[in-house]
Amino acid sequence: MTPGEPLIRWDWLASHVGEILLRVGEHLELTVIAVVVGFLIAFVLSLAALRIPRLYAPITWTTGILYTIPSLALFALLIPYTGLSLLTAEIGLVSYTLLILIRNIVAGVRGVPAEVRDAARGMGYTDRQILWRVEIPLALAVIFAGVRVATITTIGLVTVTALIGQGGMGYFILLGIQLFFSTALIVGALGSVVLAVLADGALVLAQRRLTPWTHAG
Amino acid sequence: MNALLALARWLTDPVNWQGTHGIPIRVLEHIELSGLSVLAALLIAMPIALYLGHTGRAGFFAINVANIGRALPSLALLALGLVVAISLGLGLGFWPTVFALVPLAIPPILTNSYVAIREVDRDIVDAARGMGLSEGQILRSIEVPLGLPLMLAGIRTAAVNVVATATLGALVAGGALGRFIVDGLALQEYDQLMAGALLVALLAIVTEVSFGALERATVPPGMAAIR
Repeated sequence: MTPGEPLIRWDWLASHVGEILLRVGEHLELTVIAVVVGFLIAFVLSLAALRIPRLYAPITWTTGILYTIPSLALFALLIPYTGLSLLTAEIGLVSYTLLILIRNIVAGVRGVPAEVRDAARGMGYTDRQILWRVEIPLALAVIFAGVRVATITTIGLVTVTALIGQGGMGYFILLGIQLFFSTALIVGALGSVVLAVLADGALVLAQRRLTPWTHAG
Repeated sequence: MNALLALARWLTDPVNWQGTHGIPIRVLEHIELSGLSVLAALLIAMPIALYLGHTGRAGFFAINVANIGRALPSLALLALGLVVAISLGLGLGFWPTVFALVPLAIPPILTNSYVAIREVDRDIVDAARGMGLSEGQILRSIEVPLGLPLMLAGIRTAAVNVVATATLGALVAGGALGRFIVDGLALQEYDQLMAGALLVALLAIVTEVSFGALERATVPPGMAAIR
């Protein structure tokens, strides 16, 4: 961005491979923790909403409000209590996954055809067996769609956590903004997009292995 | 509790409500920045969505553009906006943020408007065509009014995202409410930080709720009866 400076300085890239890999690792760690913890919480809340339908509206309303609060604002509100920490970042990141995941888990289970459920009941399955052996396996495709959206969204949001000192690809974007250094900007921005695309691809492959019937024949 | 007390004290201090760095000016800056960006995105995305929706062309592109948009991190868009604005000689602050916000707002508007037009019952469109309405008339008086609630849902998603992300503009020397958050972080002034966060969160929620109300109000009376 400084006149005369090339858009990408390859020598800088070559000498910073180690740090780039470190930041990629941080980025993935932040993402995986958020999606796994978010999924566990979302799963419990979804089961509650499926069993007691009256709970669904307040759960989606609350997680909807959380989803609407800008990420930086949520981090900022937490800082006086939890500091510039991993915990602050994860509370924010986890909150954003909840709405997406709960909607998909509930929609997936509710979308299981009633005949299938009746057939299972007729074969003597208990409610719990129907949930774990019939409804959840059949809902996996929809649940996975939610996990994919949550993962992509989280990877994008993790860049913002660099502002509260958590590293990741956002570190390079901030560095680029502060130094007007386009190489770092591009590494950070492109790195985050590439991570999102790769993670999405990995999830598609995982889904195919877990739900082989969705693409059979 | 102390943090909340400090927050209340900061919000009620008259000094913070005055001048160019005061809360009212920062709120107005935030609305101006967000409003202009959403408007620009509408001007770009809407004609494309209406054309593609009406003709049914490029459906795969129109539907997937929102997914691609989701993968673009807002901070990366800001970086991109900064590069564009500086190479155009537009300086820091306002324009880099606008250049970041417009591409953020386009995908949800485009995808939702496309789907809104496509979802209109084809029988109604055929009936209108049979009655001799021109393609333009079909779009104006059938497809757009019937699709309006869904189109507004896309605009709502875009607007809430834009209001949230406009906060980051303070990183490139912009004004708006992000100023309080970024300065509060840098100076470790937690009262200012939390006040900024609270104001942005409120603005985002107000945006969400008002668009939601607008969506319900624009459901055509005939359709409301069917639902």
